[in-house]
Amino acid sequence: MAADGTRSRTLISRAQLARGSGRRLYWVCLCAVVLLFTLVFLFPLYWMVSGGFKATSELVRNPPSFVPAHPELAPYRTAWSELHMGRLLLNTLIYAGGALALQLTFCVAAAYSLSKLRPVLGNVILGMMLATMMIPAAILIIPQYLTVLDLPLVHWNLVNSPWVIWLPSVANAFNIFLLKRFFDSIPEDILAAAAIDGAGPLRTLRSIVLPMSRPILGVVSIFTVIAVWKDFLWPLLTLTDPGRMTLNVGVNSAAANMQENVLIAGLAMASLPTIAFFLLFQRNIMSGLTSGAMKG
Amino acid sequence: MAVVISPGRAETRIAVRRARGRFLREARRNAQAHGFLIGSVLCFALFTWYPMIREIVESFQRLHYGRTTFAGLRNYRQITADPFFWQAWRNTLQFTGLALLFGFALPFAVAVVINEFRHAQAYLRVLVYLPVMLPPVAGILLFRNYFMDPTNAGLLNQLLHAAHLPASQWWGAAPSAMPSLVIISTWSNMGGAVLIYLAALQGIPGELYEAAEIDGAGLLKRIWHVTVPQTRTILSLLLMLQIVATMQMFTESFVATGGGPESSTVTVVYLAYNYAFQFSNFNTAEALGVIMFIVLGVFSVLYVRLERRGNEA
Repeated sequence: MAADGTRSRTLISRAQLARGSGRRLYWVCLCAVVLLFTLVFLFPLYWMVSGGFKATSELVRNPPSFVPAHPELAPYRTAWSELHMGRLLLNTLIYAGGALALQLTFCVAAAYSLSKLRPVLGNVILGMMLATMMIPAAILIIPQYLTVLDLPLVHWNLVNSPWVIWLPSVANAFNIFLLKRFFDSIPEDILAAAAIDGAGPLRTLRSIVLPMSRPILGVVSIFTVIAVWKDFLWPLLTLTDPGRMTLNVGVNSAAANMQENVLIAGLAMASLPTIAFFLLFQRNIMSGLTSGAMKG
Repeated sequence: MAVVISPGRAETRIAVRRARGRFLREARRNAQAHGFLIGSVLCFALFTWYPMIREIVESFQRLHYGRTTFAGLRNYRQITADPFFWQAWRNTLQFTGLALLFGFALPFAVAVVINEFRHAQAYLRVLVYLPVMLPPVAGILLFRNYFMDPTNAGLLNQLLHAAHLPASQWWGAAPSAMPSLVIISTWSNMGGAVLIYLAALQGIPGELYEAAEIDGAGLLKRIWHVTVPQTRTILSLLLMLQIVATMQMFTESFVATGGGPESSTVTVVYLAYNYAFQFSNFNTAEALGVIMFIVLGVFSVLYVRLERRGNEA
């Protein structure tokens, strides 16, 4: 425990926990909490993954069987083909990737303009953008749906095309707000020096502002990808063609007609990409989440 | 005699040219800056600002055989006369209330406990955040079909049985349906709140606890008089965000229960969805949207008022 000496104290002083009875109590509590959390948060995931290796009769057995008696890959194979999992994953990846590319381009450009170029009426535009954060998303869904059916002036119907995910995702006030606040903290002197060297605004953005903004770009990217991946109501309404559905909507629409063990295998496969993504980038995701939320 | 020095003609020309140059430069700079903005502004205009206005306008209109007519308050009267309207609000408020009970107090308690540990903190943090990363449909169906199955084969019912408690119908019966959805939603979403609280807790200076302890404050008193006031801003912010988010609940009901049993899980957003996509009555659905916007708007204003008063005190 000596290594923790640098951390400031919390609710209970360290000295109290280092002594005999306090120490015993600490370890009992720690073990209990670790056990309880593993049971509550990890066990359902274990049940999901291992359930995909069981036959249906074993999966719904009472009392439950915790380890597959005769592990078989068949439910996973069936689920992959019945759900068209490859296509659902690819679709969702394309929607998330496109939304990310468009948001990084347009939100960064807008935030840069509002923060550093400061055009006439810039503050009015910023205000109107931030005001949309006050509008709960579910409320706008119906007029938004009517709008993408027949886009004003150009009369395009975006339903069942990737643009129906990509374009509305650019109207993200929170990301513009995060980016603008970060750009505000970049000193003007650096930009002025670049201007004296003859760099135009685009060049300054590319070679000075962007390289300095890697942390915030990471946070915004993670938020964007997770938001597209987890969205349900909007793709449910706008991507109705089975060949174009997202993972969430596709799994939900097929679920009713599937065998129990095939379904649970499908759920496990649907969950795997984001879980793997999280375990790989957990440090960035968790610090990004708290820093984004705390300052926002 | 005062000597009036008037600028010569050549000097005037130079000044004019300078002013024009400045103006042109300024105009070019502005055009360029707006060029950077145009993409986002167009997307905002098309997908947020225009639908917002459209919702309000269309809530006062009726589409009848392809012709739009002014309908006054007819849509509003229709929606408020629907018995499901009041039930949907009751259901939504029940979900919000229960979700606050579990989803607000629980993450705070969990964060306070995790923050006390000098071991396994990283592991616990990853654990609570894992469900947040699942696609929502996967988490909901996992609980619906395997843990909360209303028959005796459901894992939670087997657990209740082993503890000699009566089995529950979970989402299969009206009284327990909404609480079941709250449990699913809390399990899936509490990780985010826990991480934010943890970050806030780590910013509390240790001397405050030290001083409180020297003054003889016990464990609960220290939580109440140090931990809570020190994290008050973030607590109240998350409280408000959570209320607004839970009032918009839709996915859990749609995926797990389809609004049943006996309409006990039809929420306000679900009712709007039904009006629009089951009855093809978009105008009334939009009237419901406007009502919901007003309710949440009044609530947000109240929050800001209270928050300001709290900060002044």
